[in-house]
Amino acid sequence: MNGPPYRAALPSILLLLLLASCSGGKPESAGKGTTAPDVPAYGDAIVEGSIGDVSGFLTAVTSDASSHAAAGYVFNGLVRYDKDLKLEPELAESWEISPDGKRITFHLRKGVKWHDGAPFTSDDVMFTYRRMIDPRTPTAYGEDFKQVKRAAAPDPHTFVAEYGRPFAPALASWGMHVLPKHLLEKFPDISKSPLNKKPVGTGPYRFVEWKTGEKVVFDASPDYFEGKPYIARVITRVIPDQATMFLELKSGGVDIMTLTPPQYVRQTETAEFKKSFNKYKYTASGYTYLGFRLSHPFFKDKRVRQAIAHAADKKALIDGVLLGLGQEAIGPYKPGTWAYNPNVRKYPHDPSLAKALLAEAGWKEKDGVLEKDGQPFEFTVLTNAGNEARAKTAAILQQNLAEVGIRMKIRTVEWAAFINEFIDKRKFDAVILGWNITPDPDQFDIWHSSKTGPKELNHVGFANSEVDRLLDEGRSTFDLEKRKKAYYRIQEILAEEQPYVFLFVPEALPVVQNRFRGIVPAPAGITHNFIKWYVPAGLQKHRVRP
Amino acid sequence: MNGTPGIGWDFARRLLRNRLAAAGGAVILFFFLVSALPGLFSTHEPNRIDIVNILRPPSGAHPLGTDDLGRDVLARVVHGARISLSVGFVAVGIAIAIGLIVGLLAGFYGGWADAVLMRLVDMMLCFPTFFLILSVIAFLEPSIWNIMTVIGLTGWMGVARLVRAETLSIKERDFVAAARAQGAGSARIIFRHVLPNTLAPILVAATLGVAGAILTESALSFLGIGVQPPTPSWGNILTAGKDNIEYAWWLSLFPGLAILVTVLGYNLLGEGIRDAADPRLKGR
Amino acid sequence: MLRYIVRRLVGAVPILVGISLISFLMMHMAPGGPIGAGTDLNPKATAESRARLKAYYGLDQPLHIQYGRWLVRMSTLDFGDSFSPDGRPVAEKIKERIPITLTINVLSMGLIFLVAIPVGVYSAVRKGSLFDRISTVAVFTGFAIPTFWLALLLMILFGVKLGWLPISGISSLDYGSLGPLGKLADRAHHLLLPVLLLGFGGLAGMSRYTRANMLEVIRQDYVATARAKGLPEGTVVFRHAMRNALLPVITILGLSVPELLGGSVIFETIFAIPGLGQLFYQGVMSRDYPLIMGILTIGAFLTLLGNLLADVGYALADPRIRQG
Repeated sequence: MNGPPYRAALPSILLLLLLASCSGGKPESAGKGTTAPDVPAYGDAIVEGSIGDVSGFLTAVTSDASSHAAAGYVFNGLVRYDKDLKLEPELAESWEISPDGKRITFHLRKGVKWHDGAPFTSDDVMFTYRRMIDPRTPTAYGEDFKQVKRAAAPDPHTFVAEYGRPFAPALASWGMHVLPKHLLEKFPDISKSPLNKKPVGTGPYRFVEWKTGEKVVFDASPDYFEGKPYIARVITRVIPDQATMFLELKSGGVDIMTLTPPQYVRQTETAEFKKSFNKYKYTASGYTYLGFRLSHPFFKDKRVRQAIAHAADKKALIDGVLLGLGQEAIGPYKPGTWAYNPNVRKYPHDPSLAKALLAEAGWKEKDGVLEKDGQPFEFTVLTNAGNEARAKTAAILQQNLAEVGIRMKIRTVEWAAFINEFIDKRKFDAVILGWNITPDPDQFDIWHSSKTGPKELNHVGFANSEVDRLLDEGRSTFDLEKRKKAYYRIQEILAEEQPYVFLFVPEALPVVQNRFRGIVPAPAGITHNFIKWYVPAGLQKHRVRP
Repeated sequence: MNGTPGIGWDFARRLLRNRLAAAGGAVILFFFLVSALPGLFSTHEPNRIDIVNILRPPSGAHPLGTDDLGRDVLARVVHGARISLSVGFVAVGIAIAIGLIVGLLAGFYGGWADAVLMRLVDMMLCFPTFFLILSVIAFLEPSIWNIMTVIGLTGWMGVARLVRAETLSIKERDFVAAARAQGAGSARIIFRHVLPNTLAPILVAATLGVAGAILTESALSFLGIGVQPPTPSWGNILTAGKDNIEYAWWLSLFPGLAILVTVLGYNLLGEGIRDAADPRLKGR
Repeated sequence: MLRYIVRRLVGAVPILVGISLISFLMMHMAPGGPIGAGTDLNPKATAESRARLKAYYGLDQPLHIQYGRWLVRMSTLDFGDSFSPDGRPVAEKIKERIPITLTINVLSMGLIFLVAIPVGVYSAVRKGSLFDRISTVAVFTGFAIPTFWLALLLMILFGVKLGWLPISGISSLDYGSLGPLGKLADRAHHLLLPVLLLGFGGLAGMSRYTRANMLEVIRQDYVATARAKGLPEGTVVFRHAMRNALLPVITILGLSVPELLGGSVIFETIFAIPGLGQLFYQGVMSRDYPLIMGILTIGAFLTLLGNLLADVGYALADPRIRQG
C-alpha cells in the first residue's frame, strides 16, 4: 500500500497472465474492442449483490454484516487487517507500544480530510472513544474500550491509550471506525443522528444515496489519502433471494456476489460462464461446530464427547454440505494463521473406536441403540431454521450417530427464538452453530469459565482452570511468541476435552465479472485491495458522471 | 335427505358427470393412496443420505433423481405427500371445528353472542392471514403442529359465516318450530336440520382450505420456516430445488408439479361440489 | 347515503381497537425479545450492553402500560420508532414502502379485472364448453402454482435466456438520469413480470366468482323476459345480466386486500421489491415490535377502507342497499 508501486503491480501482472491463459488470450466484452490495453483506468461502476439491506452506517451501533460492509467503504479505523490478516496502519500511520505493554501511542496520518472537507485530528479519535464507552450509545462493542484507563490527545496527530494492564486485543479494537466529532457532537445518541443514514467519513468512497430496501450508492473520493480508487462508483443492490441473485449475475445485473457450493461446483463450470466471470475461493474466517451442554448427564463424560467426535464423518460433512469446498476444523482457529496449532489430537472417522469409547463409558448396545441404566442414548440437537448448511450438517450427523447406536433428533427454531429461548436460557442438549473467527486469537469470552452466565457466550459451560489461566496470559502480553505458546496449549486442551466437536471451516466463494482486474486472492479474501481494482478503459460498462 | 338440497344420490351423480371435478377427485384419491402406502411407490428411504450421489439426474436407480444430499427424490416426494396432505387436513379440520362452533353459537343464540362473535370474525378477516401465520410461526417454532394449528386458527372465519348464515335461515323455518313444539332440544335441531344443510358448503370450504394450506406450507418453506428438513414436505423439497433450478431441474419440477396438480385437483373438486350441490342448478 | 357511511365508519372503530389489541397481544406472547437478532452471539456484546438496550426501548414496563401508550399513539398514526438500528419512525418506513406495494397490487387487480371478468362471463354464458373447461383449469393453475417457482422460471426465460425483461428490482441503475418518459418505461419494464405473475395468481378468485354470479343472474326471470321479448343475446348478456352480476364483484375488492398483502411477502422477496411485505418479514425476523404492529394495523386499516369503499360503491350502484 505504501511500498514502491511495482510491488503492488506484480501480483496483478501475475494474475493477468493467469487470466489471459485461462480465457484463451483476450477477455470478451460486450461490443468493445478486444485489443484494449490492460492498464489501470479510472471509471466504471461495480454492482454488488447483498442478501440483506443496510440498517445503518455507523458500525458502532449496528451488528449485521451488510451494514458493516457498507460502512467499510466510507469510514476508516486507526488500524486495519492486511491481506495476510495482520494489523497494518490505516488512519494511524504508525504506533508504539510501551515496554510494559500498558500504553499504545498512535501517530495519526496528517492531511486526512473528512468528506465534508474538515480535517481529521486526534479530537475525532478521542470523541469516538468517549462515545464508545458512553451509556447513551446503543453499542455492542463497548467492552474493549472500557479497558482503557486513560486516553489522551496531546496534539492533533497523536493519540494515546493507557490500559490498566497489557491488553493484546486492544490494538485490533482500534480498527473501529472513527467518528467525525464536528458532525456528531451535538447528538447524545449517535444512532439517531443523520450520519447513520447519510454517513460522512474519511474512507475511499463517499456516500451518495441510500434507497432503503433497494440500493446504496457510493462514489470514489478523489482526495482519499491512499489515492483515489479506480472504480468510480460502487452500488450495492439488495436482492434477498440467492437464486434471483445468481440470475442477476448471469444477466449482468450484478457484478460480484458470493456463490453457494452447488453454484460454484455445478452451475459455473461452463465455458460460457467462464468467458465472463472469474470465481475465487479462499478459506473463510469461521467454523461450524457441534456444541454439547457440558452439564448434560450424557455429555459430562469426556469419552462420550470424544466418541461422538470419532463417529462424526467430517469428510462426509465437507463433501455433502460444502461439496468438498472446505476443510476439517480441529479447533477454534483458522488454518494457516499464526495462532493455529496443527498438532493437536485429531478425531478421524472411526465408528468402531467410537463404540469402544462409549462402551467404556458404560453404554451397552441393545437392538441397535445404546442404553445405560435403562435409558436409551437419545438427545435433541438444536439449530437455527432457514440455514441450509446447518440443516444438512444435522442430517448427516444424525446418520453418522445412528451408526454407533445414538439416536439424535433434530429440532430447528427460528434465529431470534433460538437465541432467546434456548441458547441464552441454556435449554438445550446440543447445538449446531458457528463462530466467526476474529483475526486476533483472544477468545476469552467463549472459553473462560466466568463467561457462563445467561446471555454470555460460553454457553456450553466450559470450565477449565488451565485454559482460564492461559486465556488471561494470552491477552495480557503483546509478545507474539508468548501469546502463541498460550494459544497452542489452549488448542491442545480443547482438542482433548472436546467441549465442541469442531466440524469444518468452509471456503468463501466470491465470483466477479471479469472486466474487473487487479484482484489478488489472499488469506483475507479478495477485497483487501479493493481500491486498486480497475476496469481497462475499453471494457468499461457504466459511464459515471462525477 | 329428501327434497332438501345437499348431499345425496342426485348430488353424487351430478358431481361425477362433471369431468373436471371427477378428474380432480381422481388426483386426490391418487395422492391419498400415495400417502397411505408409500412403500408401493418407492423402495428407497427418504432420509437416506448418500454423499456420493448428490444431485444426480433421473435414472433407473433414482427415477426422479437425487437431491442435494443424495436422497432419492421420488421417495421424498412420496413421503412428503403424507406430510403435506396431513398439514392440509389437520389445519382444515381445526378451521372447520372452530368455524362450526362459532357459526352455530352466533346463529343459534343470536343477540350479543352473535354481535361479539361476528365482530371477532370481522377483525380476524382484516388481518392479512399470511402475515399472522408468518409472525406466529417465527415467534414460536416451525414445528408441524404449530404450522397446522396456526393455519387452522387463521382460516375458520369463512366457515363461521357460512354456518351462521345457514343456521339463521333454518332457525326461522316452520319445521323447526314444529320440531320444537314436539320438544326437540337445540342439539337435536342442530344435528338433524342445520348441519346437513351446511355439509355441502363446508365440504367446499374444506377442499379449498386443504389446497390453500398446501400452498401456505410451501410459502413458509420458502421463507425457511415451513416443515423443517430432514422431514420431507413438498414445500421444502421445492425450496431446496430453487437454488439449483437451472442445473438440477428435477429437484424443483417434481415437487412443484405435485403441489400444482394436487391443489388444482382440490379446487376443481371443490367447485364441482359447489355446482353439484346447488339446488337452483337442478332445473337446467 | 351519508348516514350509511357514517354508520359504517363508527362500526369500524371497535374493530380497529380489537385489531390493535390482537396485534399487541401477539407481539408480547412471543418468546424472544426485540433486541434479539442484533447483539446475540456477538462476541463483543455483553449482558450489560443488552440490559442497556432493553431499558432504552422501554421494554421493562408492565404490559398494560405498554399497551395503553401504544393505543394512544396509534390513534395519531404514531407507531413509535422502529427497533432496528436506524431507529426511524415506523410510520415513515411504512410510508416509504406503501407506494410500490400498492402500485403493484392495484395494477394487478386491474389486470385481473380486465381478464377475469370477460373470462368469467364467457364461461358462464358458454357453460360446459371447451372454453369453459380450459379456462377453469387455466385460472386454477394460476392459483395452484407456487409463486416463487413460477417467478424463477419466468425470470430465467425472460431475463436470462431471452434478455427481454429485467430480472428483479424496480428500477435500473441509471434510473436517476432518465427523462420522465424514460422513467415510466423503466418502471413498467421492471413491474411487468411481477404484475403479470400476481395477476395470474389472482385470476381464479375473480373469474369464478364472476362466473357464479353470472350463472345465477342468467337464470333469473328478467333475463328470461328479455329473451322472450326477442332481444338479441348480446344485449341480454351485456345490458341486463352483466350489470347485475357485476355488482357483487365490487365487494370482492375489499376482501382481496388482506390476501394480496399477505402474498406480497414471498413475492417481494423473490423479485427484490422493496415493499411492505418484505419490510414486514424483516420486522418479524428481527422482532421489531413497533414495526410489526404498525404494519398489521395499517394492513387492517387498508382492508377496512377497501371494504368501506366497496360497500359504498355497491350502495351507490344498488339502491336497495341504501335504505338498509
